[in-house]
Amino acid sequence: MPKRVETLVLHDSSTPVFGDIEKGGSVVLANKESLLERLEGAASAGRAHALWPLTFGLACCAIEMMSTVAARFDLSRFGSEAFRATPRQADVMIIAGRVSKKMAPVLRQIYDQMPEPKWVISMGACASSGGVYNNYAIVQGADQVVPVDVYVPGCPPSPDALMYGILKLQSKIKHGDAKRGQLKLIELKARELEEAK
Amino acid sequence: MSFEVMKDVAKPILTGFGITAKRLGRKKVTIQYPLERREQYTRTRWRHVLTRYDSGLERCIGCSLCAGACPARCIYVEADENTDEQRFSPGERYATRYEINMLRCIFCGYCQDACPTGAIVLRKDFELANYEREDFLYTKEMLLEPIREMA
Repeated sequence: MPKRVETLVLHDSSTPVFGDIEKGGSVVLANKESLLERLEGAASAGRAHALWPLTFGLACCAIEMMSTVAARFDLSRFGSEAFRATPRQADVMIIAGRVSKKMAPVLRQIYDQMPEPKWVISMGACASSGGVYNNYAIVQGADQVVPVDVYVPGCPPSPDALMYGILKLQSKIKHGDAKRGQLKLIELKARELEEAK
Repeated sequence: MSFEVMKDVAKPILTGFGITAKRLGRKKVTIQYPLERREQYTRTRWRHVLTRYDSGLERCIGCSLCAGACPARCIYVEADENTDEQRFSPGERYATRYEINMLRCIFCGYCQDACPTGAIVLRKDFELANYEREDFLYTKEMLLEPIREMA
C-alpha cells in the first residue's frame, strides 16, 4: 500500500515569516559569535526579568494567580508584579482556567494584540488539556488556539506551582529557545497517510 | 506659609512613612520560594508515586480500579500475570504499563482512595511544570518509587 508523507506547517498569523514556509519554515539566524547575538542574549535576560502578565482569568485558576501576586508569594520578586490591563503592554499571557469554545476566538484576538516577543503559560488542567471537562463546550487544550510555552498542571496549581512555571519560562527565555517567542512557526510532525489504493 | 506647608506636605509624608516604619519591625510574610519552600498542608495532593513493599516488590496489582475511579480518565493500566521467574508484585498480577497524563489529572486523590493495596499515593512534590505536552505522560518507570537499600 503506497504511503504519502506530508508535513503540515501552520503559520502564527501575527509573526513575520522568515525562510521558506514550504520547506517547513527554516529560520535563518545570525552567526552565534556575532555582536547582534550577544546583544540578543542580554535583551532576553532583561525580558525574562520583566515579564508583565496580562490581567485576565477565565475561571477558578485566576484566584490562585491573584494570590501568587499577593504578599505571601510575591511575584514581584521576579519582576512580574505589573499585571497589565491592556494586551498592548503585556508580555506573557497566563491562561488561567478552562477555555470554552466561545472564548477561544477572544483569546486568540488578545494574543494577536500583544506585541512581540510574547509568551503563553497554560495554567491548570483545564487550560492545558481540558481536564475533567471532556465535552462539547471546552477546548481540549489551549494550545489549539495559541502556542503555549509552559504548561503548569494542577487543579488549580498552587501559587508556588505557578511560580515554578514562571521560573521555567524565565529560564527558557534566558537560555533555551529564546528565538521561539519572536519567530514562531508551529511545525507539526510529518504524518504518514495510508492511501486507499 | 511654612505652617501650611508643614500641615499639607510634611504631615501626610510622615504619616505614610510612619506606617512603613511600623511594619518594618514585623515578621516578614513573604516566602522566598526558590530558596525556601513553604510547609505543605498535611492533606496536600500532588505528584503520584507507585510505592513498593519493604521487600522491593511493587504494590500495584494492575486491577485498574484507579483508572475506573478517575473523573478525568487520565490513568491507563495494562496488566499481566506474574510468573515465578519474573515476579513484580506478590499477587497474581502486576501492571505492565501504568501511565498518567499529568495535564488531565486534577489531583483529586480518588485513585489513592480506590487502590486496594495502597500502591498509588499522591505526594507533595508540586514542581511539575514543563515545556512540551509529551513531557507530561508519566510512565510506570517515572512513577515507581526507587528500591530502598535495606540496611
